[in-house]
Amino acid sequence: MSAVTQDAPTSPQLHAVLTHRRLPRWAPFGIAVGAVALGAAIGLGAGLTSHVQWGLIALVLFVIGTYAITARVEGRRQARDRVATSLVWACFVVAVIPLYSLVETTIADGLKVLNTDFLTHSMGGIIPTEAGGGVYHAIIGTLEQVGLASVIAVPIGMLTAIYLVEYGRGKLAQVVTFFVDVMTGIPSIVSGLFILSFWIIILGFGYSGFAGSLALAILMVPVVVRSTEEMLKLVPNELRESALALGVPKWRTILRVVLPTSIGGILTGVMLAVARIAGETAPVLLLVFGNQLINNNPFSGAQSSLPFYVFEQYSLGNQYAYDRAWAAALVLIAFVMILNLVARGIARWKAPKTTGR
Amino acid sequence: MAKRIDVSGLTAYYGNHKAIDDISMTVEPRSVTAFIGPSGCGKSTFLRTLNRMHEVTPGGRVEGKVMLDDENLYGAGVDPVAVRRTVGMVFQRPNPFPTMSIYDNVAAGLRLNGTKKKRDLDAVVEKSLRGANLWNEVKDRLNKPGAGLSGGQQQRLCIARAIAVEPQVLLMDEPCSALDPISTLAIEDLIGELKEQFTIVIVTHNMQQAARVSDRTAFFNLAHVGESGRLIEIDDTERIFSNPSVQATEDYISGRFG
Repeated sequence: MSAVTQDAPTSPQLHAVLTHRRLPRWAPFGIAVGAVALGAAIGLGAGLTSHVQWGLIALVLFVIGTYAITARVEGRRQARDRVATSLVWACFVVAVIPLYSLVETTIADGLKVLNTDFLTHSMGGIIPTEAGGGVYHAIIGTLEQVGLASVIAVPIGMLTAIYLVEYGRGKLAQVVTFFVDVMTGIPSIVSGLFILSFWIIILGFGYSGFAGSLALAILMVPVVVRSTEEMLKLVPNELRESALALGVPKWRTILRVVLPTSIGGILTGVMLAVARIAGETAPVLLLVFGNQLINNNPFSGAQSSLPFYVFEQYSLGNQYAYDRAWAAALVLIAFVMILNLVARGIARWKAPKTTGR
Repeated sequence: MAKRIDVSGLTAYYGNHKAIDDISMTVEPRSVTAFIGPSGCGKSTFLRTLNRMHEVTPGGRVEGKVMLDDENLYGAGVDPVAVRRTVGMVFQRPNPFPTMSIYDNVAAGLRLNGTKKKRDLDAVVEKSLRGANLWNEVKDRLNKPGAGLSGGQQQRLCIARAIAVEPQVLLMDEPCSALDPISTLAIEDLIGELKEQFTIVIVTHNMQQAARVSDRTAFFNLAHVGESGRLIEIDDTERIFSNPSVQATEDYISGRFG
């Protein structure tokens, strides 16, 4: 007890063992700035024109510099620690730069023609090589095709996942899991070709938004199954057992206890699946055919969609069409992002609450 | 309303592994029966066969008879869901439903079984929470999440949830092993009160607890790891802890085993 209450003087040897010289807290930042400056200087001096090369030199200098300086001041162990940290930071920067560049380009180029007119008008009566026109018909197409695909794929996917997690035993479950895995790997053009040969060539239906939805649903089902399955597996078995022990039938346990507990994660998974298919171009190209005019009926006649519109405008190859393509790309990114934010909002709102607040 | 349980020749399997072998015993109504024994000796498995929760585990199956008064729980045409409404269960770790409020947790058993009337539910929720000695602590925050309570309160919430469906028998699988001594005391007091109405079976690793709360004690053991668990003896708690008839029981209770 006395050793704790008194201010016992520590022996100098112990002090030397327990403390060591530390770099100041701004050191990593300083090394980074130094590395970038040195990288730029070397780049200029060697006459390298690509800024990517400058950046790579700076990154290598940053990692080596971190190790050398830390090893001198703090010792080998701390140096290895800091090198690991600096590598993680370097990877982060390498990953973020393309993302930033992509978003910046899309916004800068997209905003040139993005206005209410652009969002509320179709390409009807617009000469492709001149300014004007809009994406209204493509937005309608994307909303309807993605909506229909979700209406088909989400129930099938969720029910499959519930079967696999709650009921599936033995052969059938193994077979289902295997085919879901196989479906995950189907390229979108193949699913488009399948619907083309089955729905349009064999059954004789015409091009329509719905045909596109069928192909998109094929792509969506495995994603929904996988994510729902993972979320259901996270629900503790004790919750199922305590509901069963109250004399609640199994189907009701799943409906009222298991699903509500995991609904936040399931919704997030569904939204990610929606985001994935919203950007698909190939099936739309084959099955929906594309359209310059507004077609509100997804079950008959050609439609457009946002990714298809981008592809179409880009192939026209003139400056006005490029501007329209960038603006449509921006609309598509915004659409997916809004969906994600909504999903996150729902997930947070529905998540199991632990605090008494 | 409490009922007698008569088990005869009960054997339970997990797949091909025989977990417990040929157990017969009688559990008296309105009493507390404690199961003690080393880990893996099949106490929990046996407890779970008493409300047909054993078969929820993949590969779980049972041979033998469990008579609840005159009804064989494993007879032809018996609905496991109905059995579980009659024989309730409280688990080792407190596990209130995380998406539900305190009120909804207690009402869950009734609501999930179809009772919808608000007035009936209100009455049952208050009665059950009072029965679990939790009413005074939570009456002002019934619509707050059940997971926000302390561990001991959560476990009493689970007991309230179990007694809300008015079972005849209450099975408790180490209900205090995740709780501190004060919460444990609260639960033990509660068990003493609950035995006025229910037949209670409790699995515990704490021998003092068995001695404190139970009227009768059953000792389970297994010959070697990987073999099936057996019932060594069941007798009045006082006798088991003072003068057991089997040497193995005395060794286990006094800490000399192996």
